[in-house]
Amino acid sequence: MASPRISQLAILGIATGIFSGLFGVGGGIVLVPLLVLWVGFDERRAAATSLLAIVIAASAGAATQLIYGNVHFVAALTVGIPAVGGVLIGTWLQQRIPVAVVQLLFSVLLVIVAALVVFQ
Amino acid sequence: MIALAIIIGVAAGVLSGLFGIGGGILLVPALALVVGLDHVEAEATSLLAIIPVAAVGAWRQKSYGNLDVRSGLTIGAFAAIAAIAGVALVNVLPVEVVRYGFAALMLYVAWRMAASAIDQLRAEPDSTASDGS
Repeated sequence: MASPRISQLAILGIATGIFSGLFGVGGGIVLVPLLVLWVGFDERRAAATSLLAIVIAASAGAATQLIYGNVHFVAALTVGIPAVGGVLIGTWLQQRIPVAVVQLLFSVLLVIVAALVVFQ
Repeated sequence: MIALAIIIGVAAGVLSGLFGIGGGILLVPALALVVGLDHVEAEATSLLAIIPVAAVGAWRQKSYGNLDVRSGLTIGAFAAIAAIAGVALVNVLPVEVVRYGFAALMLYVAWRMAASAIDQLRAEPDSTASDGS
């Protein structure tokens, strides 16, 4: 499958960035549904692309926060190292669950996030 | 408390790999409520913790053959810039109002995602075998 056009990628990135900046939600929660419903990626391809986009966006955000001195390194390692183990499990699991089932579970996640945004 | 932070960390990673999200949805509350950081520090620290998680997830997805590198890099670059605009907009827009609009949009997207998933399941009832590994 060919990559989407640059204009489409730009719109995806801008929408993701604005919503995550506005609400403090991660970019993936916005980007993955856009990739599935608008671009036509399946859930695996959407998740893969989203994770790489998050690396870039989170790096920029973390760099800014480092300057402000808000980052706690020991705390980041305490949750980050177990999370790296978790992501190996998660990606492994995702290859073994039908894409439509992952997509269905994702819609449940969206409902939870909608509730969190309202009640935060 | 450290044990709880580790367990939540693993859970955040599993969600990240399964859904292609960063995992901040669990990491931020874990850092705030379990580790005891204030909200700004928790979000900032979560951003740093997410980088290796998303990088390892993307690397695994690449070896599974699912990663479109050009799309990911391009979207990420635009998102990094647009996030600055998003943060600036918080001070200008009636965020309380926008928040309900955003939640409503999420529910609509959830319904669309679910409907499309159910269509796929109906169309290919035998597609339960994995085809991506």
